[in-house]
Amino acid sequence: MIKLDSKVPEGPIADKWNNYKSSQDLVNPANKRKLDIIIVGTGLAGAAAAASLGEMGFKVKIFGIHDSPRRAHSIAAQGGINAAKNYPNDGDSIYRLFYDTVKGGDYRAREGNVYRLAEVSNNIIDQCVARGVPFARDYGGLLANRSFGGALVSRTFYARGQTGQQLLLGAYGALMKEISRGSVEMYPRREMLDLVMIDGRARGIITRHLNTGEIERHSAHAVVMATGGYGNVFFLSTYAMNSNGSSAWQCYKKGAAFANPCFTQIHPTCIPVHGDYQSKLTLMSESLRNDGRIWVPKKKEDAQKIQKGELRPTEIPEEDRDYYLERRYPAFGNLVPRDVASRAAKERCDAGYGVGSTGLAVYLDFEEAIQRLGKNTIEARYGNLFQMYEKIVDDNPYETPMMIYPAVHYTMGGTWVDYELQTTIPGLFSAGEANFSDHGANRLGASALMQGLSDGYFVLPYTIQNYLADQINVPRFKTDLPEFEKSEKEVRERINTLLNIKGNKTVDTFHKELGKIMWEYVGMERNAEGLKKAIEEIKTIREDFWKDVKIPGEPFNVNPELEKALRVSDYLEMGELMALDALERKESCGGHFREEYQTDEGEALRNDEDFTFVSVWEFKGKDKKPELHKEPLSFEFIEVKQRSYK
Amino acid sequence: MNLTLKIWRQENPQAKGRFEKYDVKDISSDASFLEMLDILNEQLIHEGGDPVAFDHDCREGICGACSLYINGRPHGPDTGITVCQMHMRNFRDGSTITIEPWRAKAFPVIKDLMVDRFAFDKIIQAGGYISVNAGSAPDANVIPIPKENAETAMDAAACIGCGACVAACKNASAMLFVSARVSQFAVLPQGKIEAAKRAKSMVAAMDEMGFGNCTNTYACEAECPKNISVSHIARMNREFFIAKVTDSAKK
Repeated sequence: MIKLDSKVPEGPIADKWNNYKSSQDLVNPANKRKLDIIIVGTGLAGAAAAASLGEMGFKVKIFGIHDSPRRAHSIAAQGGINAAKNYPNDGDSIYRLFYDTVKGGDYRAREGNVYRLAEVSNNIIDQCVARGVPFARDYGGLLANRSFGGALVSRTFYARGQTGQQLLLGAYGALMKEISRGSVEMYPRREMLDLVMIDGRARGIITRHLNTGEIERHSAHAVVMATGGYGNVFFLSTYAMNSNGSSAWQCYKKGAAFANPCFTQIHPTCIPVHGDYQSKLTLMSESLRNDGRIWVPKKKEDAQKIQKGELRPTEIPEEDRDYYLERRYPAFGNLVPRDVASRAAKERCDAGYGVGSTGLAVYLDFEEAIQRLGKNTIEARYGNLFQMYEKIVDDNPYETPMMIYPAVHYTMGGTWVDYELQTTIPGLFSAGEANFSDHGANRLGASALMQGLSDGYFVLPYTIQNYLADQINVPRFKTDLPEFEKSEKEVRERINTLLNIKGNKTVDTFHKELGKIMWEYVGMERNAEGLKKAIEEIKTIREDFWKDVKIPGEPFNVNPELEKALRVSDYLEMGELMALDALERKESCGGHFREEYQTDEGEALRNDEDFTFVSVWEFKGKDKKPELHKEPLSFEFIEVKQRSYK
Repeated sequence: MNLTLKIWRQENPQAKGRFEKYDVKDISSDASFLEMLDILNEQLIHEGGDPVAFDHDCREGICGACSLYINGRPHGPDTGITVCQMHMRNFRDGSTITIEPWRAKAFPVIKDLMVDRFAFDKIIQAGGYISVNAGSAPDANVIPIPKENAETAMDAAACIGCGACVAACKNASAMLFVSARVSQFAVLPQGKIEAAKRAKSMVAAMDEMGFGNCTNTYACEAECPKNISVSHIARMNREFFIAKVTDSAKK
């Protein structure tokens, strides 16, 4: 039975983090050298944590599935990173960033964690600039800002449409510096396949070398999971092809409880689906909503003509266009949060007003912005995004409006962590998208990068030290201990079982089947009946998978099909937990929209009385129903209201 | 579209590679090049064959993983994009497409079309960073940076580390990659402090990893999916030269 203690320090919200740091335990420099930390994942959170812990003097081993840490999917984040600098003098503050984040998350996040995130956001920008991140600047040479969804201030720092790339390369540079200094050891092309525990604490991992298939054992005093989200459960998403939730799932099975699995973010501005062979969806940055206006035809017959290719959007006069976000949400307009924008697009398309050949798309139009600012300005702001769109769709967005549709983009849910980012397994920490902590039921744009770097640069270096302070007399672990032996054996058996099924259907076939069910029943809108159906159907696919999957090739060579099979076998369990969590949460909040619970105007209807808690799921064994625990959320520093962007 | 594919197959780093021919049918011109390879791989698995290994991940042109040499050009016929962003409408129905891995001594083949680019990380480790630790930075607006310099730094920093420049170069030189990093920091005040050391040690690491030298053919710039300019090579040469001259003056 797990115990949930959030460990949020006492005191006023603005003092909590300082209070924690002033009273935490520290490790002296000579002892740091004797303590090993394993970090899994090389994205913003992982690379930043590895570099910072290395700088402090700990011995760090970092593992990634790519050939280089720079390829982690943080690299693909486009729009920007939030911080409460208030450089534009428009009324921002740490409290306001905290407030917007809690409100944006529909009051389902922990106040203490979110405030700390807002508090360190400013240090992140300082740190990144010092490391040479080329943020956009004004003519006076100072940093520029832009607006993002869910905020009335401009607090987003950006580097063209490649902010994630630049921030990751900054952290990657710091990581490379520490590798060359010898404090960090890099293990590229390794996939974690199990967590090793000794006497109830996380003490190591089992990995597979993706080039040779070799199974390896690695030990440490503490383990950090910075492995990103699990959105690829849906098959089609904006995640990278190799992003996966398997490490978090292995930890879940070893006792690290999983929080809010049903909180998935569907991003409103992605390039629509075009064919069965499609392998992924491409995001068009939310920053486009700064200048782009979203609309569909007012008349259904116009929409139908467009779907048949008989009418072009540019032929529809202004008065026949429905700028539905501006109409429904005059205060925030096109800059409402992502969950709201996504549902509004689905509502219009379901009502028959969608465009494109499938009718599952809406327009994002820059005509007005080009007239107002000129083509050159628009090109300077979004040139690379426009080029990307044109290459994929073969249509020029300077002349005809872009077509967009929502797609799976991020998972707010993840491994449960306390204020120290420690999971329910002592010595196991989780950072970045892999944990659940800061975004509640919906993440605001430009906050993922903020959280990844906050966890990695400024939170974990303190909290891990606090954990390790009483471990200084624990000698390094040998990997020939029976716990390692057992874990490795289980991993090998799992691989052999999969390879020996020798069935008829490819891994992707199963993954696509699962994805369809997830999108239909556990996607943008959910209801009890559909969720129950999803749970049953996922079980059927899972049974079929273990009987009929076909994996070619050898275990001891490069074998991408085996890699995918290991991940899909986990998705087939994860998907079920997501559906179960969505079924149990009998309210609508943020990205979790239950058809049964909505206001008369079709907005999400929370049930604060019964559901102001974090759903925390504990694994109870194979084929057994997991147990739901509840971490109650209390709001002392923010008044809980119905979210309104009108 | 129906196509014939001539693909480089190589079991492992030690094995001797060879070209194999495959036919794919009914490919949509809206499919991406990698989706076409996905279809081929599904076909190969059903036929009991070994699917073709190739590097890919984000499939939106930013992670730098994809690395195919198509019909004699890194990232294929279209310019300013990576393979994963290239769509089949760039090819003619009925044509034969030759697909090879990057070819360079410093990028050994792992399997089929996958190569190992660890050498790039080694070069960055030699000095491709600014040596500041977390927690010690001054306020971000303390040092104003002219917009022009920030833009130049960003132009250089757009490099995705894919290695197309090396694959395109007859000398397998990594000058464009190395200079992009050197240049990014050379134009920023924060990076100036270590500029001389950085230029020297990164160039030394590049030589050590087995990359060739630059003979100014500019194939790298022509094939770079991020349009990184060779002017960064000129800036790196200048930085390198100044560093060396200063060193000998000190002596």
